[in-house]
Amino acid sequence: MLKNIRIALWVAVAVALVGVGALLWHADRQEQAAAFKPEFSLPDEAGTIYTAADFRGKHVLVFFGFTNCPDICPTTMAEVAQVMDDLGPEAAEVQPVFISVDPVRDRESGLGEYLEAFHPSILGLAGDEAATQAAVGSFKVFGERHEDASAPGGYTMSHSSSLYLLGPRGDWLRQFEYGTPADDITADLKERL
Amino acid sequence: MLKSTAAALVLATILPASAFAECVEVTQGNITVSAAWSRATIGTERPAVFYVTIRNDGGSDERLVGIETPVADMPMLHESVMENGAARMSHVDQIVIAPIDAVSLEPGGYHGMLMDLQTELVEGTTFPVTLLFEKSGPVTIDTAVLPLRAREAACEEAL
Repeated sequence: MLKNIRIALWVAVAVALVGVGALLWHADRQEQAAAFKPEFSLPDEAGTIYTAADFRGKHVLVFFGFTNCPDICPTTMAEVAQVMDDLGPEAAEVQPVFISVDPVRDRESGLGEYLEAFHPSILGLAGDEAATQAAVGSFKVFGERHEDASAPGGYTMSHSSSLYLLGPRGDWLRQFEYGTPADDITADLKERL
Repeated sequence: MLKSTAAALVLATILPASAFAECVEVTQGNITVSAAWSRATIGTERPAVFYVTIRNDGGSDERLVGIETPVADMPMLHESVMENGAARMSHVDQIVIAPIDAVSLEPGGYHGMLMDLQTELVEGTTFPVTLLFEKSGPVTIDTAVLPLRAREAACEEAL
């Protein structure tokens, strides 16, 4: 009888140890996930450098694109503009950022004016090659030049087409794939704000 | 006061109705083209876009093999292709419209890319685009220039 109780207690100890181990492992994993803070350091048209840290306290919606793109980029910016309108007063807590993957051409053709036509809140950033690639790499996304005789200027860009959401502490929260309706993005943001 | 309220009420009734009026529709043989729209541009530096819906009421495949417009010197048929979350545009030689079927050139898929723009596209105006079909020949439709922010045609298409 006593022996049985002793065995049962040791089993309980083993279960508890496994449980604590699992909890610790889980917490560590969460910490790792929370530790993913994509960075960028890029100028707007006026030359003011913005980094991810400048938007602490706000949710940041990041898109990588280029303005010679007639389909995906304006469609996504139109969705973002709709989201910003639909958020109402809460829009003040969200900063949309457009990072150019074709910065030289986009600076020449007027990135700020273009984005303002969608929504005045959208901040356009266009750095040099190194800073742009650093941002692309930090977000673990993709932006690459392709020579294409049938495209304006003889090249086009392939680029990650999702919207990326960073939280108020700069931590990666999620992505919205291309084609996510504005209503779904607005609903997701409203739950977080 | 009462008068302006009445006028506002009338406008409130008419405006949505006119905004979602039936699309301009052009039929030639078995092909009906409708809901042609584009987005306003800022200047002529960047390429513009062309979206349209094509219905084939015939008994065999029809092919759209090109587009022409006076507003752009280099109009082409393109397709946005998604690969592993990345978007890329590729040139397409033709777009097949199966019998008793419709194909839409729409955001995120097939579209006309209007390069070497000759004139700024101004919201509220229209411009002609000629679609070149293999069997039905050229079909010209007035294309509505919608706001830069537009996400879809501002009318009911003839699907």
